[in-house]
Amino acid sequence: MAADRLESLLRDAFPDARELSVEDRTGGGDHFQVTVASSRFAGLPLLEQHRLVNEALSEPLRDGTIHELRIKTREATG
Amino acid sequence: MSELSDRIKDVIAQEPVTLFMKGTPQMVMCGNSDRALRALREAGAPVTAVDVLPDPAIRQELSALSGWPTIPQVFVGGELIGGADIAQELAESGELTQILETKLGADYRDEAEVRVVDVLTPAQR
Repeated sequence: MAADRLESLLRDAFPDARELSVEDRTGGGDHFQVTVASSRFAGLPLLEQHRLVNEALSEPLRDGTIHELRIKTREATG
Repeated sequence: MSELSDRIKDVIAQEPVTLFMKGTPQMVMCGNSDRALRALREAGAPVTAVDVLPDPAIRQELSALSGWPTIPQVFVGGELIGGADIAQELAESGELTQILETKLGADYRDEAEVRVVDVLTPAQR
């Protein structure tokens, strides 16, 4: 399932994530809401935080798996 | 660099606020583009919209320039602000207004019209 693939890519990119979820917003397997809380975001502007998520998901973004992506990032400390 | 790429760069550099979106403000074709447009409107921003749908090359060239993979993309004063989620978060926190004031001047709302420009040359359309 596409959501599982996205989640495993995000786990690889954010192994420390306190919170990590991928929600299939429409049930169609191509509109996703991803939420990540990671220490990798600490001190980074929102733009750079989202860039890290986009980079982790570059393959499914490129191959058309992801039709629409919503991103929510949070800084996690420690 | 292609002619299209140059044209995209020119629009980003010249327009106070550029929104690359799917569709036009009159007929928005995507939920994320709609959210970005709303965020900008709520902040009273002047919006120059570019529809990426007429030619897939627009999106390819834009992403190559910006390093941002998805649409919409919001630029203020020539600089990438982000996509729909960032625009919305910044609008909700009030930071978008600060960014607009810093980059465009405190009276940026005076020019708060929404217009559409085309990055394709007549031959490409």
